[in-house]
Amino acid sequence: MSTEAPRGSAGWPLYEVFVRGKRGLNHVHVGSLHAADERMALTNARDLYTRRNEGVSIWVVRSDAITASTPDEKDPFFSPSGDKVYRHPTFYAIPDDVPHI
Amino acid sequence: MSSDDDHVYLSLAEGHGDDARWAFGTGFEDPLHGVDTTLPEDVEAGAHAAFCLALADDALVAAQRLAQWITLAPELEEEVALANIGLDLLGQARLLYARAGQAEGAGRDEDALAYFRDPAEFRNVILAELPNGDFAHSMVKLLLLSSWRLAQLTRLAEHPDPVLAAVARKGVSELTYHRDHAAQWAIRLGDGTEESARRMREALAELWPYRAELYAAAPETRDEVEAVLAQVLDAARLEAPAETPVSMGRGRDGQHTEHLAELLAELQSVARADPEATW
Amino acid sequence: MTVTDGAGGSDSATALPELSAHFDATIAHDQRIEPRDWMPEGYRATLVRQIAQHAHSEIIGMQPEGEWITKAPSLRRKAILFAKVQDEAGHGLYLYSAAETLGIDRTELTERLLAGRQKYSSIFNYPTLSFADVGVIGWFVDGAAICNQVPLCRSSFGPYARAMVRICKEESFHQRQGYELLLTMMRGTEAQRAQVQDAVDRWWWPSLMMFGPPDDDSPNSAQSMAWKIKRHSNDELRQRFVDMTVPQAERLGVTLPDPELRWNEERGRHDFGTPDFAELMRVIKGDGPCNAQRMERRTKAHEDGAWVREAAAAHAAKNHARPEKEGTAA
Repeated sequence: MSTEAPRGSAGWPLYEVFVRGKRGLNHVHVGSLHAADERMALTNARDLYTRRNEGVSIWVVRSDAITASTPDEKDPFFSPSGDKVYRHPTFYAIPDDVPHI
Repeated sequence: MSSDDDHVYLSLAEGHGDDARWAFGTGFEDPLHGVDTTLPEDVEAGAHAAFCLALADDALVAAQRLAQWITLAPELEEEVALANIGLDLLGQARLLYARAGQAEGAGRDEDALAYFRDPAEFRNVILAELPNGDFAHSMVKLLLLSSWRLAQLTRLAEHPDPVLAAVARKGVSELTYHRDHAAQWAIRLGDGTEESARRMREALAELWPYRAELYAAAPETRDEVEAVLAQVLDAARLEAPAETPVSMGRGRDGQHTEHLAELLAELQSVARADPEATW
Repeated sequence: MTVTDGAGGSDSATALPELSAHFDATIAHDQRIEPRDWMPEGYRATLVRQIAQHAHSEIIGMQPEGEWITKAPSLRRKAILFAKVQDEAGHGLYLYSAAETLGIDRTELTERLLAGRQKYSSIFNYPTLSFADVGVIGWFVDGAAICNQVPLCRSSFGPYARAMVRICKEESFHQRQGYELLLTMMRGTEAQRAQVQDAVDRWWWPSLMMFGPPDDDSPNSAQSMAWKIKRHSNDELRQRFVDMTVPQAERLGVTLPDPELRWNEERGRHDFGTPDFAELMRVIKGDGPCNAQRMERRTKAHEDGAWVREAAAAHAAKNHARPEKEGTAA
C-alpha cells in the first residue's frame, strides 16, 4: 500500500511536536502524536498541545526522520560500549512554564 | 509527604487568577469584553431576537451531535478535534442565546432558551439535527454546515448590533478551522480507500439535498458555499450528486424531524427533571 | 497484578556493570533517565506497564462522565464537562506519547488493553447514576488522581515526569469544577442534596481503592520506589487523600460513609476504615459493574474507526506517490 515506513497495522506514523510558545523563544519539544500526514499532524498538534492558542508556532516532524545529535546518546541503548558510559545525560529541553524540574 | 511535593501543589494553585478557565478550552477570553451591549435603535428587537435564536439553535444542536461522538471517534487525536469544534459551537450558542434573551426582553436566559423550549419552538436547520451516521456522514455534514455558517458569520461581522458582530468575528476564526477540518477529511476519505470513497458517496447522496434549506435561510451564502464545496469535491475526487428536489420540513419554521425531539429529550432530561434545581 | 511487558528477570546489568552503575548513579542523584539512556529491562517494563495503564485510565475514564455531556443541566456545565472530557483524551495522548519513547507503539498498547492484557484504573468500572456523580468524580476521583500524580511530576523517567506536569496543571481545574458543582447543588433543592450524598456514599470507598492495595500487599511498590518511578507508598497517599478530603466534606455538608473516620490527635492525621480490597481485586480482574460495558465501547470505537484510519493512511500514501504533488505539503 505504502512505500513509507511501516505503519503498524494501519496505525498512523508518529510525529514529534515542537512549539514556540511566544515570540522570542525557541521551539521546544513538547511531545508526540500520531497523524496520517503532515497537515493532520499540524492540526492535531495545535489541538492537543496548544489547545488552539493562536499566535504560537508549531513544527512537526516524523519521528523516524530525526537523527540524534550525538552518537553516544544512541550507543548505550543500541550497542552498549563501555567507554561511552560516563557521559552527562542529555535532556530534552523543558518548557519554561514547567515548575521545579 | 516531602516538601518537594508541597512545592508542586503550591505551584498548581498559582496562576489561577482566571477562575473562568475551569478546563482548557473554556473561558480563555470574553469576546464581549469592552463591547457596548445596548441594542442599537435601528435594530428591531423582536426580529433580532428571533434571528439570534435561530443561529444559536443551529450551533447548540450541532454541538450536541458532536458531543455524541465523544469516546467513539475513529482515533484519539480526533476525539480532541471533535470536542474542540463542539466547544466552539457551544460557546457561540451561549452568547447568541444570551443576546436573543436580551433582545426579547422577557427575562429568558441561555438555559431557559436551551432547556425549556419544546422541539417546535426550535429554529435550527434540519441538517443540524440529523443523526451522526458514520464518520463520513458526520464530516460531510460538518463541511456543509461549517461552510454555510462561516459565510453567514463573515457577513455578520459587520452587523449593526455590536454584540452580534463581536460574536460573529470570534466565530469566523473558529468556523474557518471547522471547515478546514471537514474539508481535509472529505479529501482523505474521498481519495482514500474504496470503502471510504463509497461511504463518502453515500453520505453526499443523503445530505446534499439539505443544502436547499441552508440557502433558503441565508440566500446570500449560496455562491460562496457552492464554490467551496466544488473545490473540496474536486480535490476529494468525488462528484456532486445530481440535484434531486426533496420535500422536507423547514427547521426555521419549527418543522422538524423526529430526530430533534429525541435529541432534545436527552439534552433537556436532567434540567427538566427538577426545574427548581440550581446548577 | 501480573501483567508483564517483555523481558523481566535476567537483566543485562550483570553483563554491563558500567552502564548499570551509571543508571544507578543517575537515579541516586535524582537526575532524570531519558529515553535513549541505558536502563534495566525491569525498569523499562515497569514503566511501560505503569504509563500505559495510566494512559488507558484517562481514555476509559472519559466514558463514565462522557455519558453526561449530552445531558448536562445547564449550558455552562455542559461546556465545562465537555472540556474536561476533552482534557482526558489529551492526557491519554500525553501519556501514550511518553510510553512510546520507550520503544513501544500505541497501536500495540491499545491492542493489549483490548485483549485485557493491560489494565486501567478500577474506579472507572463503577456507573454514573446522576449528575451529582460528575461532581463527586471531580472531587474524589480527580482529587485522588492529583494525590497520586503530583509526586509523579518528579518520577525518574523524564518523559513521564514531564507529561505529569502538564496533566497535573490541567487536572487541578477538574477537581475544582467538581467541588464547585457540589457546592452549588447543596445550595439547591432537597432532591439535589440527596443526590450529592448518595453519590458521595457510592464513590467514597472506590475512590480510596484507587491508591491500590495496602503496602504490605503491594509487591511491585518497593522496586518502583527504589527506582524513583513512584515516590510514595499507596497507604501514604491514601492517608493524604483522606486528610485533604475530610475538611472539604465538612464544608460541603456531606457525611463520608465511614463510621471509623475520626481525627487522631496523637498522629495528627485521620484514622479511617479499611476499604474492601477483595472488591478491588474483583473489579481489577474484570468483575466490576461496568467492566464489560467500558471495554465494549472502547473496542467499538477502535473497530468502527479502522476504515477511517486506513483511508487516511491510504490517502497520505497516494499523495506521496503523486509526482505532481512533489514539494507540496501533504
